[in-house]
This record gives sequence, structure tokens and C-alpha cells, in this order.
Amino acid sequence: MTKKRYEKPIILKQHSGMMNKFGSTQTFRPITKIDDVEIDSLTEKFGSPLFVFSEKQIREKYRKLNKIFKTRYPKVRFAWSYKTNYLSAICSIYHQEGSWAEVVSEFEYDKARDLGVKGENIIFNGPFKSESALEKAIREKALIHIDHFDELYSIMEITEKIDLTANVAIRVNMDTGIYPPWNRFGFNYENGEAMLALKRIIHDERLELKGLHTHIGTYIMSAEPYRQATLKLVDLAKEIYDNYNVRLEYIDLGGGFPSNNTLKGQYLEAEQLLPTYEDYADAITSALFELNLPSDELPVLTLETGRALIDDSGYLITSVFATKRLSTGKQALIMDAGVNYLFTSYWFNHKVVPTKEISGFTENTIVYGPLCMNIDVIRDDVVLPVMHKGDKLVVLYVGAYSVTQWMQFISLRPNVVLITEEGDVELIRAAETNENITEQERLPEKLSDFTLTD
Amino acid sequence: MSEYKISDNLAVSESGFLFMANSGESFTVNETGRFIINNLKENKSEEEILSLLTNEFDIDIDTAQRDFDEFLTLLRNLKLVEEL
Ligand SMILES: Cc1ncc(COP(=O)(O)O)c(C=O)c1O
Repeated sequence: MTKKRYEKPIILKQHSGMMNKFGSTQTFRPITKIDDVEIDSLTEKFGSPLFVFSEKQIREKYRKLNKIFKTRYPKVRFAWSYKTNYLSAICSIYHQEGSWAEVVSEFEYDKARDLGVKGENIIFNGPFKSESALEKAIREKALIHIDHFDELYSIMEITEKIDLTANVAIRVNMDTGIYPPWNRFGFNYENGEAMLALKRIIHDERLELKGLHTHIGTYIMSAEPYRQATLKLVDLAKEIYDNYNVRLEYIDLGGGFPSNNTLKGQYLEAEQLLPTYEDYADAITSALFELNLPSDELPVLTLETGRALIDDSGYLITSVFATKRLSTGKQALIMDAGVNYLFTSYWFNHKVVPTKEISGFTENTIVYGPLCMNIDVIRDDVVLPVMHKGDKLVVLYVGAYSVTQWMQFISLRPNVVLITEEGDVELIRAAETNENITEQERLPEKLSDFTLTD
Repeated sequence: MSEYKISDNLAVSESGFLFMANSGESFTVNETGRFIINNLKENKSEEEILSLLTNEFDIDIDTAQRDFDEFLTLLRNLKLVEEL
């Protein structure tokens, strides 16, 4: 006699107006495959937890966004924001698509150079560029986006010392209607600081003013701030042309478009709430046309889009290590991945879905990570089926800021794989070993042995 | 004899809906849960129920025992069962 399929016994109280069993407040469809590769086969070979990226999805998303802008504006350039995800394989996909590199530290700068990006195709952003990094960037003709006056003076000194010119732009901050405004980076537009910095640059013969830059924030949920920002940069561009006869090569609107992730406290899911990429593109490009220049004299529109390009193409597979009932009766899961690998779960209600069809019975569940810390919660309330030890969940949209902001805390970081366009699965970052961590440590001689108490 | 007693006021439907006549509360239960409740109502002992469960469903006795304990905690939380 074949036995019936077992599911852990469960009982849920019905709250009036809310059906638990049929049509719960959130719905999910299990994900059994990523790009035609079975999730079970991935964890069999590479273990759990496991980060998975899809080359196909990365390229498709890039081409889609690129097309949306190119069909609206004649000159568009993307620069891959390294901090969003600087795994070599990921950066190289974007570089193969033609993207330049956008870096914010010497570490990232060197990484781009090691991958084969020429200095002249690197945008060097950020408030903290060391003198040595600046000198290297000047020598290699990188585009240095100046953040503050001290940096401007350093660049003037270095160019004089080594008798070379530097390619520069300034980062501008402005009121775009976003609250709180990001005014800590760059030179302010409204109070005239940006114009002052531009004047200094224009009057220094060793500084070559190439463009204007802004990055108004991240996960910007409306297109209007981009229009405002672009109009203000256009205004500056007109002013420097009118007063100094300087034409800019590019205007850089930074990153900041949202992904499919849903912010904490946001009731509707992202898909239902956000403008389309076309809306953002319309806002930016229509404002650029206010320059009133013939097509061939328009500046290049540079975009440093990070999150919107990569987030949806990254997955984290994680397994149920234990299940628990809280004293309230709520299902609790202890997973093998937590906030140590998903720093982003502080901001987002990451979408988590099961990996196999289970009965229609669902319940509100809290999803914990493995750390001995109260804050280690992936989702504090998500509708899931009855889960058993060993079952898997996939956390969706974790391509951005995950594998750069993850922590080596309490445990080692897991494998990262790429499913290639051909359907092969390539390891792109091997799981860490104890040696990886301890090889950086030095144990003073006097601490090298000990006797423990009985 | 069962060590636990399911409230007499609890009505169980075929589809897995439960209704507490005295409080007006309703519950949903899955197939294995309904199986356990029905057997508890018939005053079967824990041992008997576990043996029936492992005969009927594809599950080992240790897991069944663990899940049974957890299920009883849920029933207790919901005040659907009394210990005898
Ligand atoms: C200067 C700059 N450019 C681009 C980005 C990428 O932003 P996003 O991932 O929101 O597109 C950032 C992120 O903080 C940034 O600081």
C-alpha cells in the first residue's frame, strides 16, 4: 500500500475577514528552477546557502534599460557601479555589454584596472580619495568627480607637482524635492557653491572640466526628482557655456532607480507602486533637451545605475535548519542564512518563496537567520506553507549590495555561482575557509599556548 | 485511553474547517491535523495515534512524534484540548 504524502499537522485560527487557507493576503508561486537549472541540483553541488546570479537576466535587463534611454536620447553611457556588486564575473558581464566603471575607492579603482578597464573609462566618485589614488587616477586619465574643496585643492597640487592635466567633473547636490536631501556629497547648487567650484576649475589650466555629476539618492520612488536634478545640471551647463564658452562632454545623473524589492513599511509590493523605467527616462531626457543644442552637440548622458540593473538577477537559496512554534503559535523557521549575508534585509521586506509545491495550507511565518542575535530576522511576517527541516526557500532580488555588504560574522560566507547564458553553472566566488580568515591574523608569541582550568 | 481531551464543543468538517460552538471561533486544519483531532476525539492514546499516522502517511515515527508534540502545543495555545 502506498502511503499518503505527509505534511506536518497544523491548525490555524481564522480571523474574520481574512482567509488563511484560500487566498491569503500574500501569494507566492514556488520557484523550482532558476533559468532552467533545478534548485535542488544547485545546492547538491554547491551547498546551502548559495547565491545564484543569472547571466541571461543580467544581460537582458541591461539591454532593456539601455534601449529605453537610447531610444529617447542620442548619446547614452552606462558606468557599472562597483559597490553595488563587484564580483569580477558580474563586473565583466557589464563591461562586455560596453559599460564603463564607476568606483568610489582605490580598492574598487584597482579592481576595475585589474579587470582590464582603462583609466579613461573609469569614473572615480566618492568623498574619500587618497592622494595616491588621485595621482594614479590623474596619470591614467580617469574622470575624477570632485566631492569637496579639499579634494579640488589636492588635485591642483598633484597636477602641478607631476605636471599633468586632470580630467574632472564636480558632484552637485541640490534640492530635488526629496526628503531628507542628500546634501553631504558634492557642491551645493542653490547656494552657488557648485558654480564657484566650476569657476576655480575652469581657471586652472591643468584641470580639464569634462562634466557634471549628481547622485540624488538610492531607491528613488518617483521620476520627478530626476527631472529637477537634470534641469539644475542643465542650468549650470548653460551658465558655464554662456560665461566661459566651455562645453561639457557629459552630464551624469548617477544611480538610484529602484528594483523590484519592497521597502519595509511599504504596504504595496514594489511592482504595484513604482514608476516605469520609461518614466525615469522621459523625465531625464526631456530635461536634457532643454539645453537647446543640436543633436551632435548634446552632452553624453551618463548613468551609474546599480540596484535596478542587478537586483532582480540575484537569488539566495537558503535551507530550513529547524522549525519552531513560538509561544504565540506562529511558525518560526531557522534558516542557514541570515542578516550576515543579507544586510539588505534591514531595509527591504525581501520576497521569500518556497522551492516546491506544497499543499495550499499557508500561515504567517517568521524567518530567522542562524546568528545568536535578536536582530537576525529575514522576514518577521511572511505567508509561507508549512515548512519542514531541510526544505528550501529562495530569497528574491538580492543581486544588489548583498555580496558587497555581507559580513564575515559568526560563520563563513558561502559559494556564489553564475548560471551562464548557455545554462552552465560556474562558481564565481568560492565559499570562504577558516584559512582565508585567519591568514590575515598574527598571534603574538606570548599568546601561543595556554592551560585551561579543570 | 487518551491522555488529552478535545473540547466537546469542537465540530470538525470534512474539508478541514473547525468550529467551536461555544465561542464561535473557527479554525482551519490540514489533513494530518484533522487526522489527529479526529482520533483524539475518539479517545485514542498518543501511541495509537502515532502508529495510525505512520501507517497512513509516509513518515517515520520520530518525526511524527516531534510534530505531534508541536501540534498539541498549538491545540493547547488555542484552548482546544485539556490534559486529563
Ligand atoms: C555615486 C553613486 N553612483 C551610483 C550609485 C548606484 O546607485 P543605485 O544602486 O541606487 O543605482 C551609488 C550608490 O550609492 C553612488 O553613490
